[in-house]
Amino acid sequence: MLAGISADLAIQASYFVTAVLFIMGLKRMSSPVTARSGILWAGAGMLVATLITFLYPGMSNYGLMLPAMLVGAVLAWWSGKRVAMTNIPQMIALYNGMGGGAAAAIAAVELYRGGTEGYASTTLAVAGGIIGAVSFSGSAIAFGKLQGLITRSIRFRGQQFLNLLLLAVALVLGALVAAHFNTSLGVVTGFFVLALVLGLTMTLPIGGADMPVVISLYNALTGLAVALEGFVLNNAAMIIAGTVVGSAGTLLTQLMAKAMNRSLGNVLFSGFGDTGGAATGEVGGSLKPIEASDAGVMMAFAQKVIVVPGYGMAVAQAQHKVWELSQLLIDRGVQLRFAIHPVAGRMPGHMNVLLAEAGVPYDLISDLDEINAEFETADVALIIGANDVVNPVARTDKSSPIYGMPILNADKAKNVIVIKRGQGAGFSGIENALFYLDNTRMLYGDAQKAAAELIQAIKAVG
Amino acid sequence: MTGMVALYIFMLAAFTGYEVISRVPVILHTPLMSGSNFVHGIVLVGAMVALGGAHTPLEKTIGFIGVLLAAGNAVGGYVVTERMLEMFKSSGRAAQERRAHGQDARAGSAARDDQERARTAGKRPH
Repeated sequence: MLAGISADLAIQASYFVTAVLFIMGLKRMSSPVTARSGILWAGAGMLVATLITFLYPGMSNYGLMLPAMLVGAVLAWWSGKRVAMTNIPQMIALYNGMGGGAAAAIAAVELYRGGTEGYASTTLAVAGGIIGAVSFSGSAIAFGKLQGLITRSIRFRGQQFLNLLLLAVALVLGALVAAHFNTSLGVVTGFFVLALVLGLTMTLPIGGADMPVVISLYNALTGLAVALEGFVLNNAAMIIAGTVVGSAGTLLTQLMAKAMNRSLGNVLFSGFGDTGGAATGEVGGSLKPIEASDAGVMMAFAQKVIVVPGYGMAVAQAQHKVWELSQLLIDRGVQLRFAIHPVAGRMPGHMNVLLAEAGVPYDLISDLDEINAEFETADVALIIGANDVVNPVARTDKSSPIYGMPILNADKAKNVIVIKRGQGAGFSGIENALFYLDNTRMLYGDAQKAAAELIQAIKAVG
Repeated sequence: MTGMVALYIFMLAAFTGYEVISRVPVILHTPLMSGSNFVHGIVLVGAMVALGGAHTPLEKTIGFIGVLLAAGNAVGGYVVTERMLEMFKSSGRAAQERRAHGQDARAGSAARDDQERARTAGKRPH
């Protein structure tokens, strides 16, 4: 009896320490200087909580638990270490989906077992179950889209109606279970199947460009599901960590949607994101190509160059070459800065991560608000695989799907050099007016190759 | 824990999450999303408890899957976040590390070659 009490006390105390470490860790992650230590603190918290949970009273099935932990941990460790920085967004989606699936699994075990007592507890288990299951299958689709496994966005008439219907039926089944009216195997199973299908049908019509917002939303939803299952299991660590992630993730989702000038509802229900086809259109002027040698000379004798990287740089893995190029220019006395749009790449901060990987110091990197006034005094704006985030149409054309989105004012620079693979439109399918301006020159080619050619050209200047 | 106390915890934790994140600069948004993704990996302790109390083969199977997924969430979230945050350096620190040759040994070989080249480029006299 005494041993039981002290074990319980040790568990509660450890969970308390874990909650503190998580919150302190997230706090430290909010500054580039302390960010690294933040994840170590949070990691220590996770270790403490996991180890102490083995002392939980009345647990069995250790023979299943240890292999499951081992397999999950090894696979995730292996994939996480191996993945290229360019593909980080889809890995976050994948790991997040796993968390949602785990929350749904907890709900399923509790509901199948009939282990929850009282209406409140069962209702929370059902709520966490549906949210976790939607996050699980939705994140899987997000992963598939970003990984290039799913290339089409499947849309049909009445899709929203079908989603609503699925949600309604799932909620009715959930209510039957929650009210202890019918907790049979069939009803519980039907509830989870419908929730999983709902995650699929909700996410399939959303285009790749909107995936960051969707992943962020599912991240918040998983947090919420974890918190709800925490209430069911009376587990303070899960409640606190899940809720903190739920609210933080919601805020992050709002920030992202705001940066894209979209409301969350618009992202989820409008189906825009990789079409925008209606507004592709009439932009005056012509595309004027330039040779790498000329572009190199132009930059070598510039006083101020602003580099605008985009997803094209990530695809070509050009960040190392771009930094090499930038260092050459800095050595020549050129004032050089990197300008990053909040939604450049596939996620906010995606470009920062890639540039950091190449060794670019973060104080050379500026975000939209800091740098936008400086384009007017820049001799060259070098656009590397960025498109929509520098499209002036967002300021002028009310019919454009990106109208109103804050953009980098690259068009205000004295000269604009655009490194681009081909003449096609960008990720959103919207024609870019910047490319047709009088002071814009197009440098066609893979970003890595083009950067290498520019390096040669600048070295040739001497 | 009574229902009301649980509700208070929920409310306070929600405000904490909101406040902690609201001061984060854009450059850390991706690592932060990844970091919060890691934090909800705490679902692992719940999955362990659920599997630990499972009796029928069905419950055990679902519990097993739950623990496996949760362990993946926690470990994967940690590895990816740590890899990203490891790379953040200021000009001063980057220069220091260039001198000390303390570059990340775990980067891919291609990345290492490029970093080597970048380092040589950075060393040239100003």
